[in-house]
Amino acid sequence: MTRVFNAPATLVFDAWTKPELIKRWLGVRTGWTMAVCEVDLRVGGAYRFVWRGPDMTMGMRGAYREVVPPVRLVSTEKFDEAWYEGEAVDTMVLVERDGKTTVTTTVRYVSREVRDAVIKSGMATGVAEGYDKLAELLPSLA
Amino acid sequence: MRADPLDATFAALADPTRRAILARLASGEASVTELAKPFAMSQPAISKHLKVLERAGLISGGREAQRRPRRIEGEALAVATGWLERYREVWEGNFQRLDTLLEELKANEAKREAKRGGKKRKGEKK
Repeated sequence: MTRVFNAPATLVFDAWTKPELIKRWLGVRTGWTMAVCEVDLRVGGAYRFVWRGPDMTMGMRGAYREVVPPVRLVSTEKFDEAWYEGEAVDTMVLVERDGKTTVTTTVRYVSREVRDAVIKSGMATGVAEGYDKLAELLPSLA
Repeated sequence: MRADPLDATFAALADPTRRAILARLASGEASVTELAKPFAMSQPAISKHLKVLERAGLISGGREAQRRPRRIEGEALAVATGWLERYREVWEGNFQRLDTLLEELKANEAKREAKRGGKKRKGEKK
């Protein structure tokens, strides 16, 4: 998943790692709030997110493996509802140029089977960029 | 275990030759011979790909006779793209909110810079 933001990397990194900022954009469409947003931003530190919607609750947790502000963040992720087996590894890279920051996130699942199960499920953290980019959508194998 | 049609659709799409076949059929039906032409592949190999596409409901035409032209079937593809579209919408929503937040953070920083600039000027007067 790649996206360009019209802001310097320090601000983008902050928005992704400071709870008071994360709560303002991640998964909070109409009717949804973040009931829990905890971040211990250091190698080995844990994070915990819980979203509350009109008729359901969704939660995820993980730990940080690499923390290099404002250019790199590697973490594990695991959903409460166990949409998939094992933990996924999330790698986020930020590249700033002319005041704009390109964020690239790669999520690596435990195996091809798990990856395919995630793609097939209705899990809300998936990403799609269109039929002709399906190959790019599939994360690399562990 | 109930088979999910999405499984078959995504498995069918996870191959560049099959995607190219679908792209060709999107502009009109074609025979197996015609479909095989662009690929350095034997007809039996193409037929294998066509079977996968047929089982996923993405194309039709081969059942009654091998000679009959294949046609693209839009509905199975629409289900898959609808599914992908929902994901895209979720993340687009996230990013739009993040864009708004970032504008606010930049504005706050600019205000802080302006205040600091003012204090500096006062200090430099002497």
